[in-house]
Amino acid sequence: MKHVRDTWLIFQYEAALQVRNPVGVAITLIQPITYLLLFTPFLKAVMDVPSYGSAFQVYVPSLFTATGVFNGFFAGFALLAAIRQGVVTRSRVTPVSRISLLLGRLFMHALLIEFQAIVVTVAAVAFGLRVRFGDLLLALVLLAMIVLLSASVGYALALLVPNEGSLGTLINSIAQPVALLAGVLIPLSVAPLWVRDVAYANPFAWGTNAMRSIFQGDPGADVVWQSFLITAVVATAAVILTSRLFNRELA
Amino acid sequence: MIEASGLRKSYRTRRRGKVTVVEAVRGVDFSVQQGAIFGFLGPNGAGKSTTLQMLATLLRPDSGDATIAGADVRRDPGEVRKRIGFVAQTSGTYLNSTGRRDLILEAQMYGASRATAARLADRVIESFQLKDFVDRQIGTYSGGQRRRLDVALGVIHSPQVIFLDEPTAGLDPPSRARMWQEVRRLRDEGMTVFLTTHYLDEADTLCDRVSIIDRGRIVAEGTPSDLKREISGDVVSVDLAAPDTAGAPEPATVLEAAKVLAEQACVESCEIIEHTLRLYTDSAATAIPQIMRALSAKGIEPGAIETRRPSLDDVFLAKTGRTLAD
Ligand SMILES: Nc1ncnc2c1ncn2[C@@H]1O[C@H](COP(=O)(O)OP(=O)(O)O)[C@@H](O)[C@H]1O
Ligand SMILES: [Mg+2]
Repeated sequence: MKHVRDTWLIFQYEAALQVRNPVGVAITLIQPITYLLLFTPFLKAVMDVPSYGSAFQVYVPSLFTATGVFNGFFAGFALLAAIRQGVVTRSRVTPVSRISLLLGRLFMHALLIEFQAIVVTVAAVAFGLRVRFGDLLLALVLLAMIVLLSASVGYALALLVPNEGSLGTLINSIAQPVALLAGVLIPLSVAPLWVRDVAYANPFAWGTNAMRSIFQGDPGADVVWQSFLITAVVATAAVILTSRLFNRELA
Repeated sequence: MIEASGLRKSYRTRRRGKVTVVEAVRGVDFSVQQGAIFGFLGPNGAGKSTTLQMLATLLRPDSGDATIAGADVRRDPGEVRKRIGFVAQTSGTYLNSTGRRDLILEAQMYGASRATAARLADRVIESFQLKDFVDRQIGTYSGGQRRRLDVALGVIHSPQVIFLDEPTAGLDPPSRARMWQEVRRLRDEGMTVFLTTHYLDEADTLCDRVSIIDRGRIVAEGTPSDLKREISGDVVSVDLAAPDTAGAPEPATVLEAAKVLAEQACVESCEIIEHTLRLYTDSAATAIPQIMRALSAKGIEPGAIETRRPSLDDVFLAKTGRTLAD
């Protein structure tokens, strides 16, 4: 109970600060819309599909995963900022639950990314995307789990390389191949066989495939429950490992 | 209230593959009475913050033990956290938050309900007089206002012990005086205060007891007046830089003067600090004529002579051979 209560406490404090930051909110809104506006015309031409609606049907689910992966990996910068400003130290001397300091922040990132995903969906629906409400909710739940995983990884990287400059380079060199191997930029169906084999080991690739099935109106497909299961297991492991790293020096 | 024995901590840092080990704290012992202001005095890098972080459960000691208000730092860190407050050397707040929001969060982190937290926040806003700025963004506060908020955050749950890491570093004189007032008030309300400082006057006038720490070791411990009493007599400072020659004297001259003065019967010991000699004497009144005679016999003309009562800096100098003053 205490863990839940404290996680909520940290979550609502961190989230409220984000919402009160107008620049941050503007970027959160503009970023996905830009992707959508710039990328979809290409996609429509390349995929040779009749309408924007059908291009979105493929692109929006992969944009869900892409935002989840990239923003999650870069979440470590927020942790470094909190550490530099002494906020983490200040909360650590209180009896607040140790895991809540991590989970509350991870949920805050999940909330921001959900918000982006909703903005994207609303914009895409205006351009002809069709998705059932229940399917959308399912996709958002999966997205939240994907963010828990990617943001844990982002936090772990920041704790291992606590230097903004090197961290940026490191994240870029990891996030690009991970995203490629998740098929968020180019569908894995056009990739050579060995790439597809490697992608099996990438939980985010399962996420992308599951997202596509959900948006195609087939939430009952095997890949959907498989992806939920894989993401849940890997995300739990990632949170536990990152929490160890986060608390390693504490008494 | 606080007992520490044999606390040690070293840091391992890796640069270009080479591992260097810094022994930050090399076995410190102390005990702090309830209701006292205990000061940890030492230069930068002495190991003050590291010690404080071990006491506050932020760092695991390599060895040694500490108990705070009966709770063991290693075995029962959760219990320690409930009984202490801690104000780090650098503030622990986001610049775009407000004082009130952070005060409420802080009380909630100690388990208070939202309503209780708001009430506790009001109480410290009143006692630390934060009302005028507490609802503004923290980024707009002055240094003194920010530090007062930090301390208010640290004591919002009325801990038995409050740790303050350099509470007045970098503050202007009025803000420092104000902070001293707050610290005394906390003590008078029954809190045990453990603070670190590198300011001599702060240790001397604010603290009931002082431990002097240098290079990870405690070199002296006691009340400020007891510590100074160990250095008997008067301190005579002889500045060898002549005012008319505008510049430092030859190092050889300084050494020669030190040698001849150290031989004088009235001088107990002599320390060289750049071009000033600090002489420890029984009584300045009888020592000064002798000093003058001895110097002029060697043809050395001092620029200025000054006498004063011993300070904590003299204690530090006597124990470490270096001065704290700069
Ligand atoms: N995180 C750290 N990593 C490596 N060395 C450190 C770290 N923190 C402190 N040190 C070193 O340990 C010594 C003691 O530091 P500190 O406890 O901060 O001293 P003080 O607070 O008295 O200035 C210094 O030499 C400092 O450089
Ligand atoms: Mg320090």
